[in-house]
Amino acid sequence: MGFNFIGLIKAAVANGTPLLFGTSGEILTQKSGNMNLGVEGLMYMGGAFGLCGAYVYSQIAGDSASGAIAIIISIISAFASGALGALLFSFLTVSLRANQNVSGLALTIFGTGVGQFVGELMRVKVGGYVSVPNALKNAFVGPVFPELFRNIPILGELLFSYCIFVYLGIFIVICMWYFLNKTKKGLYLRAVGENPSTADAAGISVTKYRYLATCIGGGISAIGGMIYIMTISGCVWNHTALSGEGWIAVALVIFCFWKPLNSLWGSLLFGVLLVLYLRLPLPFIPTQIYKIVPYIATVLVLIFVSMKQKKDNQPPAGLGLNYFREER
Amino acid sequence: METVHAVEFRGITKRFGDVIANNNVNLYLDRGVVMSLLGENGSGKTTLMNMLSGIYYPDEGQILIDGKPVTIRSPKDAYSYGIGMIHQHFKLVEVFTAAENIVLGLETEGRLDRKQINRKVSEIASKYGFDIDPAKKIHDMSVSEKQTVEIIKVLYRGADILILDEPTAVLTPQETAKLFDVIRAMKADGKAIIIITHKLNEVKEISDVVAIMRKGEHIATAHTNSVSETDMTEMMVGRKVELSIRREEPVNIKPRLTVANLTCRNSEGIKKLSNVGFVAYGGEILGVAGIAGSGQKELLEAIAGLRRIESGSIIYSPEGRTTMDLVGMSPTDIKDAGVALAFVPEDRLGMGLVGSMGMTDNMLLRNWNAKKGLVIDKSESKKMAESIFTELEVVAPSIDYPVRKLSGGNVQKVLVGREIASSPSVFMSAYAVRGLDINTSYIIYELMAKQKDRGCAVIYVGEDLDVLLSLCDRIMVLCDGKVNAIVDARVTTKEEIGLLMTSHDKKESQ
Repeated sequence: MGFNFIGLIKAAVANGTPLLFGTSGEILTQKSGNMNLGVEGLMYMGGAFGLCGAYVYSQIAGDSASGAIAIIISIISAFASGALGALLFSFLTVSLRANQNVSGLALTIFGTGVGQFVGELMRVKVGGYVSVPNALKNAFVGPVFPELFRNIPILGELLFSYCIFVYLGIFIVICMWYFLNKTKKGLYLRAVGENPSTADAAGISVTKYRYLATCIGGGISAIGGMIYIMTISGCVWNHTALSGEGWIAVALVIFCFWKPLNSLWGSLLFGVLLVLYLRLPLPFIPTQIYKIVPYIATVLVLIFVSMKQKKDNQPPAGLGLNYFREER
Repeated sequence: METVHAVEFRGITKRFGDVIANNNVNLYLDRGVVMSLLGENGSGKTTLMNMLSGIYYPDEGQILIDGKPVTIRSPKDAYSYGIGMIHQHFKLVEVFTAAENIVLGLETEGRLDRKQINRKVSEIASKYGFDIDPAKKIHDMSVSEKQTVEIIKVLYRGADILILDEPTAVLTPQETAKLFDVIRAMKADGKAIIIITHKLNEVKEISDVVAIMRKGEHIATAHTNSVSETDMTEMMVGRKVELSIRREEPVNIKPRLTVANLTCRNSEGIKKLSNVGFVAYGGEILGVAGIAGSGQKELLEAIAGLRRIESGSIIYSPEGRTTMDLVGMSPTDIKDAGVALAFVPEDRLGMGLVGSMGMTDNMLLRNWNAKKGLVIDKSESKKMAESIFTELEVVAPSIDYPVRKLSGGNVQKVLVGREIASSPSVFMSAYAVRGLDINTSYIIYELMAKQKDRGCAVIYVGEDLDVLLSLCDRIMVLCDGKVNAIVDARVTTKEEIGLLMTSHDKKESQ
């Protein structure tokens, strides 16, 4: 049995990238104190609208379609759909002060529904299955670094062989870390999530920060869904493909202790778990059981994290609580 | 010509639904003056101040700052007029450092330069004589340190009208004295200062004028040295109130609870009680003093069976029955044996009462098991609720009104009333009067004195040393989970207890 370690890592990175977006977006959301359980729905919408954007563009532009523009359109449409979904969530929880858990679950149902609808609608309209031309597909999945880098032994494969979204994800996570820890606005956002009444008394607009963080976070999560469809699913709408991704992303937020940089290795680890059954077959263990490993790991992680009580690794103190200034 | 005041309220009215929190309040304050705002619970002191600091917005009336009408719609507006409020429940982010809390919300642009902020905070601290480490996280701080952060926070924002909401409630006498020095320094600096308080002696000590509120209305403003404590109480309550705590000589005392070598850890595995030993006698009140978090909570919980005990014994000797060791018994068995706990945690509803239930249902939480059968019989609980309602003068629309919506004092009456109704032979209470007004406090003190008359062993964890000194027979001082001393409340002084609360090696040195 030949075990290909580099192959495993490459597959793990590919599978971890949608999680990286899903998780980091939700970290930003939760840092504001909004517990958006609708990530699953947002990723579905991102997947469907991201594909839709690229597909429509390829139809209009025809043979002259440019890969870069297709990627940008995909990112924008996925982000916009996610941000709109999160806007709905923010309106429910921040403005109407509805229960966050219920609203989040509703958003999951809503988002999956919308995603499925858009995806299936495209499929039916086109007849058969929706797909974009191969040239565009290659733009999504192809490596960004020139061959020179990729030819470095081992390192080239491990570091420079990936598609653009891997590097974009790392870039976003680093930006998020810098924003949260090194800028004043980041400090204020964390204050809003920790103790909204304190932030309010300090003159920080809780409403504004929560809306913005939730919408931007939701948009980033939705890009994760788009990446899944455009890379792993090969630019084809598949109505079961995204199932469960969003929930793993929510669990990963806890696993990462709400720290953006942790989501880098957290999503890599879950990427490994997701593909392990393909790469390292174990005798006598049915694939079906093997496939649930990531979910078992999620449960174990939640147990482990709950047992470890360290002040700096706690969820934002105001997480899940709506804020109303005049509450008595 | 009209004089210009630093702050003036004109005809301020604020309603919450049907409840009128403030009714046509007219009040003013000048610079370089310390004003005490005195009033019972629910008299609208905090509501009034919250309108000045931008938390609430008045329904009617006008606020004037330096003679100019202003509109304060948010805390940010308040800061722009130089108004800063130090809230009773500190508005601090626990996982941030002192400096991060202080700069919160000040400028929105740019990088967070921690070094520069820490330097600035240190400058202010040294100017007013505060002692603070800007890089220390709030969750590692003592209550008094947190308060210092709060004060520096408003000073940093250049506030010259300061509102302090019950600032001494959680401080030791020494810390209070230090705070008063700071207040005097700020007064000398020309700042206008408002202190919301319940403690009449502090009103006398620190303030120049006192404004008295009752039921949302401003009753009077007087120079502090022209009114006596009795006058102030009368204006506050609206009738004469006896301002002395009844304390009989304990008669016929018998050991009721003998605690020896009690050691406990908290949920994080930190030792909160080590080798605690004392005897509580039936027919006396044993006070427990100590800085917040010295193990008071753990001690009561251990006795009530709510906390796992690492080692030690708690021997309970009820009247006319055999003695038993409470260690290892379940909370229900301990309760049935006659040990009642009326613990009032920081959020009063956290333990003991269910906020969304009415009084009757909350009584039921205690009684539900008394009668057998499938269906709950509410009649007993209803009777009990009604008797507490009338005897303790609970202010509520009805006995089925959710207790969450009652004012703090009334919630406490319900809780303490329910525990006493079971006629316990050990009655434990923590912070029973926290945040309560004078009138209610004295009702609760009297309730405890009555338990003592009944021959019940009362253990009272208190914050206000004056009260401990005049209510209790003996006072046990806890420091860092150890019993530092047990002193006779009739002969000791406040200063002695204050020292015992903070000195770690008192016992060893003796």
